[in-house]
Amino acid sequence: MKPDVMTTVSTGPVTMATPPLLAVRELSLGYNGDTIVEQLSFTLEAGQIACLLGASGSGKTTVLRAIAGFEPVRAGEIVLAGECISAANRHTPAHQRRIGMVFQDHALFPHLSVAENIGFGLRALARAERSRIVNELLDLVGLAALGGRYPHELSGGQQQRVALARALAPSPQLLLLDEPFANLDVELRERLGHDVRALLKARQVAAILVTHDQHEAFAIADEIGVLHNGRLSQWATPYQLYHEPQNRFVADFIGEGVLLPGKVVSPDWVEIELGCVKGGVPKDCCIGCSVDVLLRPDDVLHDDDSHLTAVVVAKAFRGAEFLYTLQLPSGQRLLSLVPSHHNHAIGEAIGIRLELDHAITFAPLTAD
Amino acid sequence: MTDIAPSAEPTPAPHGQRVRPAGRGWRRRWSRRHVAAAVIASLTLIPLLVLLAQFLVPQPEIWSHLREWVLPRVLANTFWLLLGVMAGVLALGIPLAWLTAVCEFPGRRVFRWALLLPLAMPAYVLAFVHVGLWDYTGPIQTLLRALFGDSLQLPSVRSRLGVIVVMSCAFYPYVYLLARSAFLTQGRRALEVAASLGLSPWQGFWRVALPLARPALVAGATLALMETLADFGTVSVFNYDTFTTAIYQSWFALYSLPAAAQLASLLTVTVLLLMLAERRLRAERRYGNSSRASAPLPRMRLRGARAWLATGFCLLVLVLAFLVPLVQLLYWVVERWADDADLRLLGFTGRSLLLSLLAALLVTAVALLLAYLQRLQRDRMMHTLARLGTLGYAIPGTVLAVGFFLPLAWLDNQLIAVMQAFGGEGHALLRGGLLTMLLAYLVRFLAVAHEPLDSGLARVSLYQDDAARSLGYTGWRLLRTVHLPQLKPALLTALLMVFVDVMKEMPITLMTRPFGWDTLAVRVFEMTSEGQWDRAAVPAVAIVLAGLLPVWLLIRQSETSLHERTR
Repeated sequence: MKPDVMTTVSTGPVTMATPPLLAVRELSLGYNGDTIVEQLSFTLEAGQIACLLGASGSGKTTVLRAIAGFEPVRAGEIVLAGECISAANRHTPAHQRRIGMVFQDHALFPHLSVAENIGFGLRALARAERSRIVNELLDLVGLAALGGRYPHELSGGQQQRVALARALAPSPQLLLLDEPFANLDVELRERLGHDVRALLKARQVAAILVTHDQHEAFAIADEIGVLHNGRLSQWATPYQLYHEPQNRFVADFIGEGVLLPGKVVSPDWVEIELGCVKGGVPKDCCIGCSVDVLLRPDDVLHDDDSHLTAVVVAKAFRGAEFLYTLQLPSGQRLLSLVPSHHNHAIGEAIGIRLELDHAITFAPLTAD
Repeated sequence: MTDIAPSAEPTPAPHGQRVRPAGRGWRRRWSRRHVAAAVIASLTLIPLLVLLAQFLVPQPEIWSHLREWVLPRVLANTFWLLLGVMAGVLALGIPLAWLTAVCEFPGRRVFRWALLLPLAMPAYVLAFVHVGLWDYTGPIQTLLRALFGDSLQLPSVRSRLGVIVVMSCAFYPYVYLLARSAFLTQGRRALEVAASLGLSPWQGFWRVALPLARPALVAGATLALMETLADFGTVSVFNYDTFTTAIYQSWFALYSLPAAAQLASLLTVTVLLLMLAERRLRAERRYGNSSRASAPLPRMRLRGARAWLATGFCLLVLVLAFLVPLVQLLYWVVERWADDADLRLLGFTGRSLLLSLLAALLVTAVALLLAYLQRLQRDRMMHTLARLGTLGYAIPGTVLAVGFFLPLAWLDNQLIAVMQAFGGEGHALLRGGLLTMLLAYLVRFLAVAHEPLDSGLARVSLYQDDAARSLGYTGWRLLRTVHLPQLKPALLTALLMVFVDVMKEMPITLMTRPFGWDTLAVRVFEMTSEGQWDRAAVPAVAIVLAGLLPVWLLIRQSETSLHERTR
């Protein structure tokens, strides 16, 4: 089996003049003998929002805790605003890092009111200044009327806003959010996600979010790092992750789709069962090689005039559209997203057409 | 040992309240189950009401005597004792709990459970051992005189400070146990939140972790203060007059039962005020809806001098509160064994075991009945009755002794009058019988047995009852075939806890025992009141050894729940 070798890719124009706000270099983390994160590198520019996306156990939360200063670093370094805050032999205490954090369970102080919670990190300021900032933040998160309430009197979404306001109050250089929406219901999650993004952008706060939910990541982040077994699989924008996954893991983890076997017929053409598609081919692949081609459900269109047909074997109604599982004559299955007024029965053959500008291909898994 | 968990809030039922078919008038509200529970609750209420009613009977000559000779000293002593013990148990319990829950240092894994061992040692045993150790003729002062000459003299151990230190050593485990479980669930996380807001660990401890643990601290300190108010043996050893010793002396030295009753009613009011204060402090705000740590967090590793300071502190407390007393006791036992191991010792032990067994069976049976009634009838009224019935853990033994003696003596007199009216001889039946003593035990220790049985029953799903009912099992058959087999561990716990508590119990036994019923605890009291510490050691060791059983049980429980939490 040939592993998909990944190198860290940093996107966007990298200007040499201003150093990034946060640089994580060759970071390795672990307890005792276990390695949790290995060789992790990425950078974050001021005002950018990044997301670490991965399944549970991928090490994403450990990375966040290391940046916050709650975990020691085994190798590599974390540099914030030009200053090394974590390395194998260096550790700036968490409370001196000026990094804010929103915890998974909000971790609001039940014995303090909402206003006292938000003002908690501002004790160095004069009373008047402190209450000015608290009021400003209460306004910002839309809880101006609730400053005197206690956390247990708030809904989950409101608690979430208080936690965000509390973390923002001391004007941290960087904000970390650990699965901030995990305990909220789906509808609220999406709305809060957009609110949080707007708020962070308005205040120009750089942030790193950790989540296992790709929709949440897409809604909030400028850049997403996909973590898999403690290693970074890809660091890219949400659009690139979906349309240009760099390896099988990312292709499979992000979005839906199938891999169809094909044969390279020219340096940038691949032949599959549905015809020839244009696409880049993996390195050291010559003409005649076998490759796998990624087909997203939105690449496969329903077209009654097409001479290509496939049989509907399963369908899932999603409101505006159907997600059909189709079977080709060879037995190969693929997914197709079709507007929901095209209601076809299972077993029916329907015409399909590919719309694919640039196919993504991977070297096939070999049996040896 | 007894009152680790004050009666908990009702656990929400997996399915709704069972509503009985409507009857008529009061019967709709009062089923037979309610009546049974009310009978149990009235056992607690009768002595309380009898004593509170004392305030209604004006007794000016007694009051003027008390006001002049007793109350000033007793009130001042009680006040300073409560204040001192509260400071002491918090000063010991909080740092010990914090260190073993949140930090890592040499010996932590042993201290985690070993610091509960002092619960096995009744405060009065700790008291006489320390007095014997530090007294002018004791080994420590003798040694110091041998080293530094005769002019050296330590301040007397029989002082206010001495009582406070000994009681703090005896009662800190309540604070330790409750504070530690609070720190385990939120201590480390609290520091992280504080750090993310720019607070150092030290600031985070004071501003976040401690306020979050306040309900646990209040509960633990209240338990310690209840024990302090109820204590009779320790203050007797120190000749430090409090309500309990004043009640005893009024009754048994001055033969003034009315004066004892007046003092007991004052003590009752004090206890009720303390309970009220605790409720106010705890109910002020609802805690604990947030901050459940998602994963166990690593401990803070202490290094260098700090680590050894932590180890030293834990060791010092353990040595003073358990190890040294135990060694001294054993030393005395070896010294006295040849003289004191006689038939009389066998008698004390036998009566202690018999009484404890009788009481354990009675109390556990009533507690099971009460817990089962609560299960069958899940409504507000039943909940209130059960709360009242298990209130007795807060009422000092001296109060219960007086509170039961008064109505039973009255009843006795009525019976004698009736018997004489029918030409009978007429002598006391109830007074000085086992009944008073067992009733007082029942009230005092019902909560001890009720707690494990109630939580044991709560673990049996209510759907099991429904399933059994749908198969035709009801009432006693349901209890016997479905619940009792699942309750075995809880029943054993209840029996054991009551057994050991009765064995340690001093004032009720002392004041209400039938003639000739001297037990181990009574023997300890008699020997210590004569200052014969070494002779008190033999019965005391038996009590301590018995006391280790429930502590071992408690340690096992807390270690398992710890494993569940860290898994």
